Amino acid sequence: MADVISYREAVAEGIAREMRRDPAVVCLGEDIGEAGGVFKTTAGLLKEFGPERVWDTPISEQAIVGAAMGAAMTGMRPVAEIMFSDFLACCWDYLANEIPKVRYMTGGQVTVPLVVRTANGGGLGFGAQHSQATENWALTVPGLKIAAPATPADVIGMMAAAIRSDDPVVFFEHKGLLASKGAPAPPGHVVELGRAAVVREGADVTLVALASMVPLALKAADVLAGEGIGVEVVDLRCLVPLDVSTVLASLDRTSRLVTVEENPYQGGWGATLVSVVADEGFALLDAPVRRVAGECVPLPFADVLEEQVIPTVDKVVAAVRSLAAY
Amino acid sequence: MVDRDELLTLYEQMAVIRRTEKAAHDLFLSGLVKGTTHLAAGHEAIAVGTSAALRPDDYVFATYRGHHHAMARGATPEECLAELMSRATGLCKAKGGSMHLTKADAFMLGSYAIVGAHLPMAVGAAWSARLRGTQQLAVAFFGDGATNIGAFHEALNLAAVWKLPVLFVCENNLYMEYTPIADVTAVARPAADRAPSYGIPGEVVDGNDVVAVRDAVAALARRARAGDGPALLEAETYRHFGHSRADPATYRPAEEVERWLKHDPLDLARGRLVELGVPEETVTAADERARDVVQKAVQAAKAAPPADPGEALTDVWADGGAAWRT
Repeated sequence: MADVISYREAVAEGIAREMRRDPAVVCLGEDIGEAGGVFKTTAGLLKEFGPERVWDTPISEQAIVGAAMGAAMTGMRPVAEIMFSDFLACCWDYLANEIPKVRYMTGGQVTVPLVVRTANGGGLGFGAQHSQATENWALTVPGLKIAAPATPADVIGMMAAAIRSDDPVVFFEHKGLLASKGAPAPPGHVVELGRAAVVREGADVTLVALASMVPLALKAADVLAGEGIGVEVVDLRCLVPLDVSTVLASLDRTSRLVTVEENPYQGGWGATLVSVVADEGFALLDAPVRRVAGECVPLPFADVLEEQVIPTVDKVVAAVRSLAAY
Repeated sequence: MVDRDELLTLYEQMAVIRRTEKAAHDLFLSGLVKGTTHLAAGHEAIAVGTSAALRPDDYVFATYRGHHHAMARGATPEECLAELMSRATGLCKAKGGSMHLTKADAFMLGSYAIVGAHLPMAVGAAWSARLRGTQQLAVAFFGDGATNIGAFHEALNLAAVWKLPVLFVCENNLYMEYTPIADVTAVARPAADRAPSYGIPGEVVDGNDVVAVRDAVAALARRARAGDGPALLEAETYRHFGHSRADPATYRPAEEVERWLKHDPLDLARGRLVELGVPEETVTAADERARDVVQKAVQAAKAAPPADPGEALTDVWADGGAAWRT
């Protein structure tokens, strides 16, 4: 096994491992076959598994996700790619009205075990229609599980759990992390959905982050450690199921909470998390909660503008500092 | 050709559906069915004729006007009426209602109330059948109004490109909800005229003639099972009621209504039975059996217990529950 693996390679590796163990796993999406995906996250799959298991589609997001749903209802475990998460809006009916509701509205008769994978988030200068962090869109819909790994090993372990899940999972792969590298995943590695990870321990403030915000939070924690502030960083990993228990346990140690979200503050997942904390963990808090989140604007193009509207290390450091001094 | 026994069976199935629709109408007016209903009285020959040409394990997807499809595929009038009346014994435990009748164990995979959404699902079911090598077909029933939805075109193209065993059956009842389909559609035959764009057969059939429908579907099904790909069938028919319970359909010209009511699918089948030498009293006996079945169904549904409030928080996830957090 290689010493390190990139996040990008981990996506293809995670899918390949499941395709090897379960013939019901099939992939479909735009440019995923011969091209290996526009982000090269499906590189090698067509060569290993052939055209009966890796299907290039037309640019037809409704057909991709709708067909994946029909296949999932009839014995397959499809993994559908929607190239950029912004394009989920083109097939939003399936994400909002069809896939998550069919089990409930049929009284449990129909199960939809599929994964919709998509490249999420900003940081690469793709402009307003290719840079959004859209995991909150999915969070508003009962019936979808939401995974957003931050490390290559988690990509592989969570991909295994997502594909094996009998429930629909929207799997957000962060564009800003694709080139990042990390420890490889051992054979059989599975990370159960809905288990957050404490990725750095600290006694003073809890930082809860997701996907690309996790390395950013870790950098902020390094800076703050130089100032004598101990930051505990929780990688949430999933929004549904939401691991509130790990967050409350961390607060029991630190008594201070900051959430770090790439998505706009308006309607962000941090709002849901802090509302649960306010309801169930108020007595654990010695300070108000703070949310560092994106501004409520479309993502601008220029780096210098993008930095103004999405979280940065400096913004996180400032938020933690203010709480530590409270 | 159709033999007398088979036609009598088809006639009786249509009579049961017609009487169930009338019962649903009466139950709505007496306050026992809430929400709304979209009755299919007048469309019976399409559901029954198609079903007669299918294998029991072929997949069927229907629309919010889908009582007849569910019953043609094996749902009983009692299960359907109990669902409409919010009873615990309903097809979907009263979580679906009129617009979502589903009988998965009979391969009737649901009724979908977002126009056109289920066409890609049928494509996916056909794809799955091909991947599993089962020779099953998938059939999507839809209305003329769905032919102007993007998902219709995405589904047709994908099915054609992948040469999948899927039949698209349009129930053209001349009205897209309240508006004549011809007023809002660029071609004369809203479904069949689009088929050449996708290089697939597009046929037109008298949707009130159960034998003609059966024969047309049988021919297209043979072709699809042989690997020759999808087809589109446009079945011309007419609603006896308005679009939904809120609609008295006063916008329809009196002479048009009269002309179509004279072309009733039950009358057509009855006339053909008599031509085949079936005694009037045999047909009348079938009518009486249908009346008894539906009367008993109404009584049983009325006597059934109401929906169990405990079911409100089940069936979101495959584990049977609805928990979204730890």
